[in-house]
Amino acid sequence: MAVQSVQPSEGPELVQLLTPEGERVEHPDYSIELTEDEYRGLYRDLVLVRRIDTEATALQRQGELGLWASLLGQEAAQVGAGRALVDRDFAFPTYREHGVAYCKGVDPVTLLGLFRGVNQGGWNPHDKGFQLYTIVIGSQTLHATGYAMGLQRDGADGAVMAFFGDGASSQGDVNEAFVWSSVFQAPVVFFCQNNQWAISEPLERQSRIPLYERAKGFGFPGVRVDGNDVLAVLAVSRAALERAREGSGPTLIEAYTYRMGPHTTSDDPTRYRLAAELETWKLKDPIERMKAYLSRTGMADHDFFDAVDTAADELAAHIRAGCLALDDPQPLTLFDNVYAGGSSLLDEEREQLAAYLGSFEGAH
Amino acid sequence: MSGTTLTLGKALNEGLRKALENDPKVLIMGEDVGRLGGVFRVTDGLQKDFGEDRVIDTPLAESGIVGTAVGLSIRGFRPVCEIQFDGFVFPAFDQIVSQVAKMHYRSAGNVKMPITIRIPFGGGIGAVEHHSESPESYFCHTPGLKVVACSNPVDAYWMIQQAIESDDPIVFFEPKRRYWDKAEVDPSAGAPRSLWNAEVVRPGSEVTLLTYGPSVKTCLEAAAAAETEGRDIEVVDLRSLSPIDWETVIASVRKTQHAIVVSEAPVYASLAAEVAARVSEKCFYELESPVLRVCGFSTPYPTSRIEEDYLPDLDRILDAVDRSLAF
Repeated sequence: MAVQSVQPSEGPELVQLLTPEGERVEHPDYSIELTEDEYRGLYRDLVLVRRIDTEATALQRQGELGLWASLLGQEAAQVGAGRALVDRDFAFPTYREHGVAYCKGVDPVTLLGLFRGVNQGGWNPHDKGFQLYTIVIGSQTLHATGYAMGLQRDGADGAVMAFFGDGASSQGDVNEAFVWSSVFQAPVVFFCQNNQWAISEPLERQSRIPLYERAKGFGFPGVRVDGNDVLAVLAVSRAALERAREGSGPTLIEAYTYRMGPHTTSDDPTRYRLAAELETWKLKDPIERMKAYLSRTGMADHDFFDAVDTAADELAAHIRAGCLALDDPQPLTLFDNVYAGGSSLLDEEREQLAAYLGSFEGAH
Repeated sequence: MSGTTLTLGKALNEGLRKALENDPKVLIMGEDVGRLGGVFRVTDGLQKDFGEDRVIDTPLAESGIVGTAVGLSIRGFRPVCEIQFDGFVFPAFDQIVSQVAKMHYRSAGNVKMPITIRIPFGGGIGAVEHHSESPESYFCHTPGLKVVACSNPVDAYWMIQQAIESDDPIVFFEPKRRYWDKAEVDPSAGAPRSLWNAEVVRPGSEVTLLTYGPSVKTCLEAAAAAETEGRDIEVVDLRSLSPIDWETVIASVRKTQHAIVVSEAPVYASLAAEVAARVSEKCFYELESPVLRVCGFSTPYPTSRIEEDYLPDLDRILDAVDRSLAF
């Protein structure tokens, strides 16, 4: 069976405010008004997020990380969603939401611990409202729904955003999360980055209909947005979060985008997709269209773009230095935090390992 | 203040009521737990008194029950999830072992999972398939979970409250065929012991029966029957299945020098196997015979008309006692 080339849909159902050529267009249901500083800020975010990703990929290639899950091509989807979130909102990511983490104020260095193998999530989710990465596909959508039900019970003025991908849309947990959030009208936004590929499986293997249309069957609205258009993603995400906060229940956002890199650094996409497809999507690059827009309108000049590149270099240096400073944990820490209240069994095993390790002291 | 005679099911109900009264963050969630009061009526009347936001009738989706409990815990709640029957826990298995059990560990202690997962377990009620299973070994095998089983109304009343107060996730097994057993429960007396302690429920000198949940009563009946033949059997109710109170277990076996583990769960690679291995290791010099196991057979739970042949009963237990002492 031939692998089909997935053509981006740009029909009327796709919300777009900035064309791939960098032209501002209007949409009847979604609009956005930003200051020049905010437009420039979004561009800066996109560039810095891509730089986080390329630096981490380089660190993996140099043996400093065991693995990296690249977000290349999905910067606009993540920055648009991430910048729509406010401090009191809580995000439940997959393992690829480095851009959302950045927008939530999580230091990119702390994202690396998991991939370097020195911890399983180096940040406190409560600090920035950003849960640990979730690797089992789709599990976090139920966590997000539960958190949103907690907000309801607290009478809190916040919302939750659950991130997942096109592959996860087939998982039972995601469908259960749709049911639960719908019947309880929980303040959660389901943000699906449809990057066209679940490792080697194309979207056609997950769904016979556009993913956003699934929402209708669960009783809440679904919308497809150009995931490479940061302005449209920001507008659609803000509207969905506002809808959630005002008690109108969940929304499914399908951010139509493309995974320009491999699934992870262990993957080889040449085995399952054509190079021409990537070339097609490069023409829709999320950063290039924003740069064209800023240039065309005179909102930014060379000095600005150079300054952003310099900031990206500084961020990369910070990530590199921070990564190299992430030391291996001590062996006995493997018993730490299995339980909040401790365990007599683990106390015994810790003593055994300590005694065993201690038996080598002084030996050669 | 004197006690009240309660069934095990009602004792759980009263314990849950106390937990809801004592901590506004405690929630009860599950299928039919609200309006109906649970298929075993363990949550009877609680939704009426505490409201639909705290006693939640959920969609029929076990992974959803546990998965949303994870999110509620992150938000600071203390969910008590009811899985309607033992055989229905497996749709939630992934959320329990991959998410609930590991969250505190992988978050370096930043995220607590004070979730209690109640599961009616075990057979002997003449039920159709998937309603009589003993899946505790799966959960005991999973680091990050604590697992307990109550065997009588007094423990049911106190243990459910202690489990809910715990900051660790606890799988709480309830012996469904003992729901209607009665005993006097005195709420003013205070919890008689820690949730993690085993209890010598019948002292004896010749052989130790190590057991839990519904089999505790079976073992006590076996010990009473054996007494008429001059046998002096000690029965230890493990109560906490993970971790196990080895101090109490080992002290008993060192005294009697004979040990038999009794459980309804399939014997192969079971919690009973862990108990037997551990006792053999720790009591090697004191044991006068190999540790025996009287458990369910390594088959799927059978049809109800032959479940009595599958379940450990007085005769199989006493046969093992004879073999142990004759070794």
